[in-house]
Amino acid sequence: MPRLTLTGLTKAYGRLTVVDRVDLTLEEGEFVSLLGPSGCGKTTTLRMIAGFVDPTGGTISVDGAVLSAPGAVVPPERRGMSMIFQSYAIWPNMTVEENVAFGLKLRRLPGDEVKRRVREMLAVVKLDQLAHRYPAELSGGQQQRVALARAIVVKPSVLLLDEPLSNLDANLREEMRFEIRRLHDEFRITTVYVTHDQAEAMATSDRIAVMNQGRIEQVDAPHLLYTKPRTRFVAGFVGRTNLLEARVEGGRLMLEALDLGPAAAVAPVAADGPVLISLRPQAMTIHEAAPDGPATLVLPATIAERTYLGESWDYVVAPEGTGLRLRVAAPPLEAHDSGRPVWLALDPRQVAIVA
Amino acid sequence: MSAALRPSRLRLLEPVMLLWLALIAALLVLVAGPLLKMVLVSFEMQETGEFTFQNYLTAYGRQRYLDALRNSLLLGALAAAMSVVIAVPMAWAVSRTDMPGKGFTWAMVLAAFVMPPYLGAIGWILLAGPNSGWINVTWRALTGATEPLVNVYTFTGMAFVIALHSFPLVFIFVKSALDLISSEMEDAANILGGGTWTTMRRVTLPLVWPSILGGFILIFLETIALFGTPAIIGIPARINVVTTQLWQFFEDPVRVEVAAAYAIPLLLITVGLIAVQKLMLARKGFVSQTGKGGERREVKLGPWRWVLFGWCLTVGLLAVVKPLLVLLQASFAKAWGRGFSLDNLTLRNYRFILFEHDMAPQSVWNTVWFSAASATIAVILALLVAYIVIRRLMRFADALGFLAMAPFVIPGIVMAIGFYAAYAGPPLSLYGSGLLIILAFAARFLPIAYASSQAAMRAVHPEMEEAARILGSGRLHAIRKVTAPLLKTSLLGGWLVVFIVASRELSAAIFLVGPRTRTMSVLLYDLTEQGNFEVVAAFGGVLLVITMVIVGIGMKLVGRDFMLRRE
Repeated sequence: MPRLTLTGLTKAYGRLTVVDRVDLTLEEGEFVSLLGPSGCGKTTTLRMIAGFVDPTGGTISVDGAVLSAPGAVVPPERRGMSMIFQSYAIWPNMTVEENVAFGLKLRRLPGDEVKRRVREMLAVVKLDQLAHRYPAELSGGQQQRVALARAIVVKPSVLLLDEPLSNLDANLREEMRFEIRRLHDEFRITTVYVTHDQAEAMATSDRIAVMNQGRIEQVDAPHLLYTKPRTRFVAGFVGRTNLLEARVEGGRLMLEALDLGPAAAVAPVAADGPVLISLRPQAMTIHEAAPDGPATLVLPATIAERTYLGESWDYVVAPEGTGLRLRVAAPPLEAHDSGRPVWLALDPRQVAIVA
Repeated sequence: MSAALRPSRLRLLEPVMLLWLALIAALLVLVAGPLLKMVLVSFEMQETGEFTFQNYLTAYGRQRYLDALRNSLLLGALAAAMSVVIAVPMAWAVSRTDMPGKGFTWAMVLAAFVMPPYLGAIGWILLAGPNSGWINVTWRALTGATEPLVNVYTFTGMAFVIALHSFPLVFIFVKSALDLISSEMEDAANILGGGTWTTMRRVTLPLVWPSILGGFILIFLETIALFGTPAIIGIPARINVVTTQLWQFFEDPVRVEVAAAYAIPLLLITVGLIAVQKLMLARKGFVSQTGKGGERREVKLGPWRWVLFGWCLTVGLLAVVKPLLVLLQASFAKAWGRGFSLDNLTLRNYRFILFEHDMAPQSVWNTVWFSAASATIAVILALLVAYIVIRRLMRFADALGFLAMAPFVIPGIVMAIGFYAAYAGPPLSLYGSGLLIILAFAARFLPIAYASSQAAMRAVHPEMEEAARILGSGRLHAIRKVTAPLLKTSLLGGWLVVFIVASRELSAAIFLVGPRTRTMSVLLYDLTEQGNFEVVAAFGGVLLVITMVIVGIGMKLVGRDFMLRRE
């Protein structure tokens, strides 16, 4: 039985539907991110799972028991979950220790067990030296660790995280990303993580659910989301891409005059006709001389524009005899002048047909 | 699904719903009830309760009553204009310039704000009474003139005394607006060729114009609803205003219906002007909203800074130092006119008022007890309402907030008449009981408590409470363990402010006190009517000491400017 199930979950405020028939299932111990732009309904979805928002349609169940349905919602305090908030919500009137012990005391555990588990937890997040400090005396990263400790120490059925890293600076954010994944690997708590930052979602998640305008567009493992986006929105939102109009002719995928091979190899498309494809900048390489290799398609082209971004080059390449202009990424040492004729190699396996 | 449906009926009886109903009931009793009753009574015949317009005809049928109305409006406008003239240069100097003595100026503003206006009025009678006032005695001694230099018993004199205790409102309004303007606004004018004075006149002041006007309106409204100063100065000077006229309607035989009819314009003017002020302040584009960014530098004034300081010093002397000095002298004097000599010193006045007077000790106790009880009621009500409104727990939460803020647009004296009409007689017959005054004070100062509770509640992120709930605590437990401790300081601040304003309240109290429920302010007014200024001054001293103790506690526990924060 799955740990957490959302079925047709819907939330509408008057005529505005912010979450629209969301279906999602989390197995026990799974880490799933809700990824999407602001206003896509991901935080509302999370707050419905927590019980702070009542759904207008659909259900939420944990281990098969319905917790939320329209007009019948188990309050947050009886869900056995825990949550990490955007503002951390560390209580400034309590010490680190008291913050972490709060949930355990509510569960009426014996005093020495509370003490032991708090101590162990604080050691895990490396805060054991600061147990008696007040939150105002901690740095942003330390406060974040307190929030993590407070949420994990109660061994929740589901852990919810609402953009937990958005208030940290870039370096700390990267560090905490791995910290969150490390804690997940250690405790295997079923986790729903809301973020608008794709790097964060990629680094932490087993699967990512991309949301747009209240709906889930695609749920997949991070690398599949990148290489095989199924919708135009996902292709554009996750990483950068070339979205191109192509067509299927006699079962073969044709990009203008180029034959990209059998369409069935890319996606199960039955009928002939126009399709939209996504071609990642990383799926192509630029060469001074024609390379050879069986799996790649090679065509003559010209460098139309170039921009140096530090970690890579961003080229716009125009294949000869076509009206195409393709973005291509290249490592810093592969410098080609604008207007120069080059060879473009393309890996058809990295082409995705999107809806 | 049947299992899922069961809790839905229980949700209707959620504690929040019951709380909401209880609050609505409390607010109706405190706010809506008295007001409606007053309006109703104004259309009723005394005794029979039949519908009639007669009360209005009586209330506006005599030239004397119409003159009082006109006098009130003129007095309000004059006092407000004087306050603006006094306060705007002070606010600019403290907020924007390198004027010396800013701490002193602050202290004077605070003192003028805390001092009960009727004490200031009594002080000014001692200073500027036409015959024996200090200023006139000194003037005659120095020049040999026979005519007095100044006379407090005039229309201008009365307006000036009122302005000396109202100007802190304009000061607070304008200063907090000035504090939000970045120096870059002024730099931009400087670089285009505007000097300091041009810039102030053409850029800085226009930016705070809404605040100046807002302060003007508030002081105008406070003045037309003020009872103490017009009664103490105006009645001997034969200047009748609305509030003193209302008081006369309450002399035997009490004519509540006529008073109610006569109070209606006061109510309408207040509601109308507050609406105008809200509309004005809502035009955001006008007020500079750049609170952050933009560095702030002090304008260098050169020798002019001493001119400005002289202004602040003069205001401080006139509003606080001189009145307090003469009151202090009188309180320790056998006869205040005999001046500062050793053989004139006595403790008799204090002994008399603290131990021998039959009403005074009781009134001190009444004041403390009424103020504490009403502050407690107001803060608890305000906190619960603010909680429901800010957390949007109920669909009609805003109705609660509206009711809680409504007394803000009801002049205290009008509210007192409403309470008298609604609860003094049967069925509740609260006349002469402390409860009547406590409830009236709680209602009157509810907006102060509500504003501070709302600000405090906004500062506590809802996630603080949600974090407790998701870990397993119910709403009430979360409030007790998390929200309440975080609000403690601000709530204490709100409580103290209500206590202070309640302890000096006169306009509402004078209509509601019975023989055993006189407050210090009412007794002080009674003593003034008897003309024994030495005893009055001693009693005023006792009131000031109580107020200062509370202000001191507030500054220590809540913060230096807890009284003057603009909310």
